[in-house]
Amino acid sequence: MISRGERAANYIILSLFAAFALYPVVVILAAALGPARRGGTAGLANFAAAWEIGRFGSYLRTSLAVSVFVVVVSVVLSIMSGYAFGTMRFRGRSLLFYLFMLGIMMPSEAVAVPLYFDLRSLGLIDTFWSISLPQVALSVAFGTFWMRAYFLASNRAIVEAARIDGASSWRILWQVLLPAARPAVVTLTVLVFMWTWNEFLIPLIMVTSESLRTAPLGLAFFQGQYTSGFTLLAAGSVIVATPVVIFYLFLQRHFVRGLLQGAVRE
Amino acid sequence: MAAPPGEPRRVAYLYLLPAFAVYAVFLLYPIGRAVQISLYDWDGLSLGTWAGLDNYVAIVADEGLRAAFGHALVLIVFYAAAPLVIGLALAAILNHAKVRGLGFFRTVVFLPQVIAMVVVAVAWRRVYAPDGSLNALLGALGLDALTRGWLGDYTFALPAVGVVGTWFETGLVTVLLLAGMSRIPLSLYEAARLDGAGAVREFFAVTLPSVRAEIAVALTLTVIAALRTFDLVYVTTRGGPGDSTSVPSYEVYHRAFGLGQVGSAAAIGVTLTVVIFVISFGINRFADRRTS
Repeated sequence: MISRGERAANYIILSLFAAFALYPVVVILAAALGPARRGGTAGLANFAAAWEIGRFGSYLRTSLAVSVFVVVVSVVLSIMSGYAFGTMRFRGRSLLFYLFMLGIMMPSEAVAVPLYFDLRSLGLIDTFWSISLPQVALSVAFGTFWMRAYFLASNRAIVEAARIDGASSWRILWQVLLPAARPAVVTLTVLVFMWTWNEFLIPLIMVTSESLRTAPLGLAFFQGQYTSGFTLLAAGSVIVATPVVIFYLFLQRHFVRGLLQGAVRE
Repeated sequence: MAAPPGEPRRVAYLYLLPAFAVYAVFLLYPIGRAVQISLYDWDGLSLGTWAGLDNYVAIVADEGLRAAFGHALVLIVFYAAAPLVIGLALAAILNHAKVRGLGFFRTVVFLPQVIAMVVVAVAWRRVYAPDGSLNALLGALGLDALTRGWLGDYTFALPAVGVVGTWFETGLVTVLLLAGMSRIPLSLYEAARLDGAGAVREFFAVTLPSVRAEIAVALTLTVIAALRTFDLVYVTTRGGPGDSTSVPSYEVYHRAFGLGQVGSAAAIGVTLTVVIFVISFGINRFADRRTS
């Protein structure tokens, strides 16, 4: 049905676009593996040099700690709140749900400024909590929405049967409903992990000490301070981007599904 | 809403409590505080003075702030309009022609979505640098007259930032539209063919109306992303040269922590929030009408 010429044209258009999409990635990778202007390193040694000079070890540690905390806490809280909204009836249900929905769309830049000044007067600025808890709040809004949709569509007959057997609501959630909810939970986990790992504004505002800098923040500072050539900056960029990219390559389906179906947050 | 769930359970409040507590303390309360702060003239240190709606009036009256919102509108063209046009073309091709390597293509075009924006900005700064690869490419094509330091150029800095937006939003839009197009029943195309429609008429009569909902979602996501541009501007241009790439989110940060105009920063943040709510609400209404 499709002529050979048309098919060739299609492949050319798609290849051109794929090249455009990959181009900056290739620029960074090539630079990261190329010869460094200073230090005389090249290839994989650049990563070790960047790790050392750019202190990316410390930044990755902070990012990992923040991400694990935000993911675990917000996923557990979202499962619980989504369960309530999706399977129970109670007074104020719609109102509370709409309140949560506001959080999905709320831009973090609007809340980060007052949060900074309030946390400062409480002496909580420049702490692990000042980076993590605002991000838990942002993620919980989306997570509640996401898990509610899952529980609404879940099998009511199983829940009713378990209730008749005398199972508590707590047991029904964790032992009856959750095992089947794994795909929804995995999608939520990878999205929250990606958002938290890549977040820039909140750590930028909340953190002054170097030991609490997250990976993207560390990279931004490294760019500002390190001016001898692009090689180590590129190596640092690869280090910062790699964890999420690896997750993406293995769990691509979850990233695509999550970002397409529910991602009103970003 | 789906079927009313379960019977009345008061235990629901217990399940909601932890999530709601974090949410209320770290989002709802701060946005309330933002509204309050926005009504004051405050440098973040001394006592603020009541300013009424002055900070909001300034968004319309102040030339710098008007420019920042104007730049956001320009970015919408690059973040939302261009990806939509390119995405429609790419998705139509992918859906129509049974091309091989679709999975690979999808992986590649979606990749920009998962890379930290700071990394994206570092990469593009390199591409746009005076000795960067864009100028090298232009030089190789014999277009030396066009080479410049793109991000330092008053005319080209904003479009240069915008192109980065086009780069990372197009994949998302394409994959979204492709999902919608793959759900169009083949019989619709066959009917169009029988009526003698060509590829172009087929696209406008069958494909485009069928992906209205996907277009709405794509526009919501990309327009909001354009309005919220921060990391990219912070790393590439810091609003410069001059204020040629200043955008609302960057102004929030710059005014609050650079200029000590916290009230004005809060007012911009609140305005941005309202604009985003209105856009999301409007586009969701549009999508709802279609499904009902």
